[in-house]
Amino acid sequence: MNRTTGRALTFVTSVIMIVALLAGCGSGSGSGNNSPTTKNNTGDTNSKTNVKTEATNAPVEKTTLTLMVGNTGTTLDALKAVGTEAEKKLNITIEYDIKPDGTEGDNLVKTRLATGDMSDLLVYNTGSLLKAVNPVENFLDVTNETFMADVLDSFKTVVTVDGKVYGAPVGSSSAGAILYNKKVYGELGLTVPQTWSEFMANNEKIKAAGKTAVIASYKDTWTSQLFVLGDYYNLQAQVPNFADDYTNNKAKYATTPQALRSFEKTEEPFKAGYMNKDFLATTYDVALKMLADGSGVHYPMLTSALDSILQNSPDKINDIGVFPIPGDSADVNGLTVWMPSGLYINKNSKKVEAAKKFMEYFVSKEGQAIFASKVKAAGPNVIKGIELPDDAYEGVKEMQKYFDEGKTSPALEFVSPVKGPNLENLTVAVGSGIISAQKGAEDYDKDILKQAQQLNLPGW
Amino acid sequence: MSRGMSRIMDKGGGKALIRDENRGISSGAKRVLIAVLTLVLSTVIFWIPFYFVIINSFKNQAESALMNMSWPKSFHILENYRNVLTAADHMLVRAFYNSMLLTVLSISVLIIVSAMAGFVLQRREGGRCSSFLNFLVLAGLMIPPAIVPTIWVLDLIGLFKTLAGITLVEVALHFPFAAILYKAFVATLPREIDESALIDGAGGGRLFFSIIFPLLKPVTSTIIVLESINVFNDFVNPLYFFPGSANATVQLTLYNFMSRFTTSWNLLFADIVLISIPMLILFIFFNKKIVAGMTAGAVKG
Amino acid sequence: MTKLKIRTYSYIFLVPAFLIYFVFYLLPTVLSLFFSMTRWTLTHWNFIGFDNYVTFFSETALSIGFRNTLIYAAVTCGLKVILGLLLGAFLTSTVLFKNYLRSVIFFPTLLSTIAVGIAFSILMHPSQGLINTSLAALGINGPDWLGNTKIALLSVALVDVWKGIGVATVIYIAGISAIPGEYYEALKIDGGSSMNAFRYITVPLSRPAMNSVIILAFIGGLRSFDLIWAMTKGGPGFTTDLIASIIYKQYQAGFYGLATAGNVILFVGVSLLAFPLYRYLTKGEVYL
Repeated sequence: MNRTTGRALTFVTSVIMIVALLAGCGSGSGSGNNSPTTKNNTGDTNSKTNVKTEATNAPVEKTTLTLMVGNTGTTLDALKAVGTEAEKKLNITIEYDIKPDGTEGDNLVKTRLATGDMSDLLVYNTGSLLKAVNPVENFLDVTNETFMADVLDSFKTVVTVDGKVYGAPVGSSSAGAILYNKKVYGELGLTVPQTWSEFMANNEKIKAAGKTAVIASYKDTWTSQLFVLGDYYNLQAQVPNFADDYTNNKAKYATTPQALRSFEKTEEPFKAGYMNKDFLATTYDVALKMLADGSGVHYPMLTSALDSILQNSPDKINDIGVFPIPGDSADVNGLTVWMPSGLYINKNSKKVEAAKKFMEYFVSKEGQAIFASKVKAAGPNVIKGIELPDDAYEGVKEMQKYFDEGKTSPALEFVSPVKGPNLENLTVAVGSGIISAQKGAEDYDKDILKQAQQLNLPGW
Repeated sequence: MSRGMSRIMDKGGGKALIRDENRGISSGAKRVLIAVLTLVLSTVIFWIPFYFVIINSFKNQAESALMNMSWPKSFHILENYRNVLTAADHMLVRAFYNSMLLTVLSISVLIIVSAMAGFVLQRREGGRCSSFLNFLVLAGLMIPPAIVPTIWVLDLIGLFKTLAGITLVEVALHFPFAAILYKAFVATLPREIDESALIDGAGGGRLFFSIIFPLLKPVTSTIIVLESINVFNDFVNPLYFFPGSANATVQLTLYNFMSRFTTSWNLLFADIVLISIPMLILFIFFNKKIVAGMTAGAVKG
Repeated sequence: MTKLKIRTYSYIFLVPAFLIYFVFYLLPTVLSLFFSMTRWTLTHWNFIGFDNYVTFFSETALSIGFRNTLIYAAVTCGLKVILGLLLGAFLTSTVLFKNYLRSVIFFPTLLSTIAVGIAFSILMHPSQGLINTSLAALGINGPDWLGNTKIALLSVALVDVWKGIGVATVIYIAGISAIPGEYYEALKIDGGSSMNAFRYITVPLSRPAMNSVIILAFIGGLRSFDLIWAMTKGGPGFTTDLIASIIYKQYQAGFYGLATAGNVILFVGVSLLAFPLYRYLTKGEVYL
């Protein structure tokens, strides 16, 4: 009996404690809505930076800047090459703060920004992902800097928030398209498909020849999104208002047939049995190898993958061609384009001037030449006067045609701030037959809702 | 609860408990047969994965990509391990330093505060306040930590991304398990010890630090081993509370290398081998002591 | 006695531990109740009531998360309890190479979960992995361990058991070693076999050890994150998502309020399952 009352008492006490605590914290937080935390913390970081750089007040002294950048691909090496030159020319040393790529890295950036601990410079996504990290508060406005004059407007729009430009381009544009093995195309007598049904017919022939028609590398889940994201040219050509309506909660993937089509394109190669064996265990790198050696013929991917092919199989690079993800009629046939990442300056950095100098050098002809010596362009450049070199990849030359004819569209993530974080898991599920295209689209619409609400968009 | 506990202190461990009643010639043969069988099974289940990882860390990239166990055609031991250690500006070396420091610091703090708490909680068992505290400790064993609010609190008091911050988080999260082990072990120490110490004029502090704490050595060893393994191998907490490449811990390094060395299994495996060594050494030193501490602790937990 | 208590067993001894415990564990846990009802960016929050919970429950991936977490916890816990008992009994008997075997079984415990996850996901590669190539050599067509949606979760659970069986076995060894030898001798005099000894002495008298294993393994299973993240990241699709991995995904996406709501759901769920289990187990405990 006694023990029971004791237990009950314990329980009641704990409830009271929790309620008391909650009340205390609740009222405390109400008054603190403007976040003393960040201020405190920024102050803290600043003072730390101060101590570090006290010696750098005199311009002759060396300035050290921190630069946060992702760890995959060749961007880091190319940046380092520019950094080495910058050290000689500007007396600025760059320390690299390596972050993981993908959602992992996005999250790290968000946390570091929220806690006032961002590096002086940051290489980060453009478009919707940039908007998700609150650039107005976090990054330096570079709209009126002279060095931005040569940057093309097509890039500026994807780093513009509330009319202000925040970033400089890192690398060239690229496209989300189908990389294909031209050699095999030649051997089998295939022609580049203009429509989806031609594409599927090619697949059938490739399959009959005993090769993998469509390579899927779902072990790296992000690679599964291309049939959806890269299909946006077709979608916007048929539904011009889609991006706006979608941003304003008026259009949905599941209820817009042309948008649903993108999910169906993810589903069809699986259903027809065109995909490689073990596609769930296949990684991006393995997929690129399959494409290069011709055992796989189509790989829906970003053209920046060409750079990795060059590294892994240099002798095969010019066997690889590029064509857009086909639409349902031959009239609609164009490329969905990804803008390069941006280089941003931390607004709260104590070394803004040095950071600007570095950025200026980076976008200069000289800086770009050094950068391009390490990473060959995966698509047209976005800085005026920097042309594709003659030794550009075959695949990139094939892309140029679409740019010249104006048959390009930026990907949806550059024209709408809304991008659901779970798309890659949903496309894996659709692309491996776990759920239907319809269900995948419906679930994605729900996923988008969370992002829109988190961003506080009107109408959601 | 503490009655008859002295038996549990029996550290023999290896008593013949299930004896074979057949005393014929077949008994010996049977034993050997069982031994051989267990050796084969343990080799297949436990040694092959280790062997696989180690042997592939000696191969070059192309050979390791075959994912088999064959003997390397050419050895690249130095080359692979040097590559891993120097990758990303010696990130792994820095990570080793961070992880070691984090482990030593948090285990030291954990041992002292948990032993003190376990001692008083056990001796005051049954009191109203200590029941409530016991409940809180038990809750901590079960309820997963609230991650983002912890970040918020750490940030509020300026400890986010600091070694001190992650150390204290590790202590807080491992405290329930350590406290319960200590409490159970203290229960095996008769109160007469306390009383005779008090008669000799010792206060609570001296009683604990010079008499009780040394007696807790078996369970302290157990906690050192188990919790060092947990902290050193911790992935989630550093992932959330100790971000930044200067702060990398060995597990995060491994995780990062997973994307960096995506096709270089040889390097990935070399990394795995390297970061497994410290805990193996620890295990060799403390191996025998684990069971002893467990006997009183987890068994009565 | 009370005087003695106050002087000797001063509550001051509890202060350092509980101060740390309060600030870094209890306080965030309590705060999570509030933050789970906000849309939160770490610096700003809007109070939105139970919206996060509604969202969380309407997520298709969540119902699968509940189910998966339960299956995962039950499978890992069940296997650890049973295999651990058998191994514990075996390794306290007069078997040869006992110490060697004990060490070998404990070995995987020393490794990091991430390392184990990486190694096994390579071993489990559907066509080139060592497991399936070995099976193929025996004429068996091995499944796609991590790709087949029906068995992927179980594959990860098996790896979890491989890694965690050492601790369970050590706990059992400790428990069985504590059983007085006279019991076995008495049984032997009565002519009982070793099967009888196992059934009537070892099993009932190692109940306290078993309870510890059940509780630790079950809670560990419910909270499990590292291994699933290293091996499948919840995939393919969402088929191996556990509640903890779903929470992490929301956190990654920057949905801090939603992630915290998931945390609260997990902690309520764990409490609802683990406390009664604990109560039930400790009630029926056999004391020595």
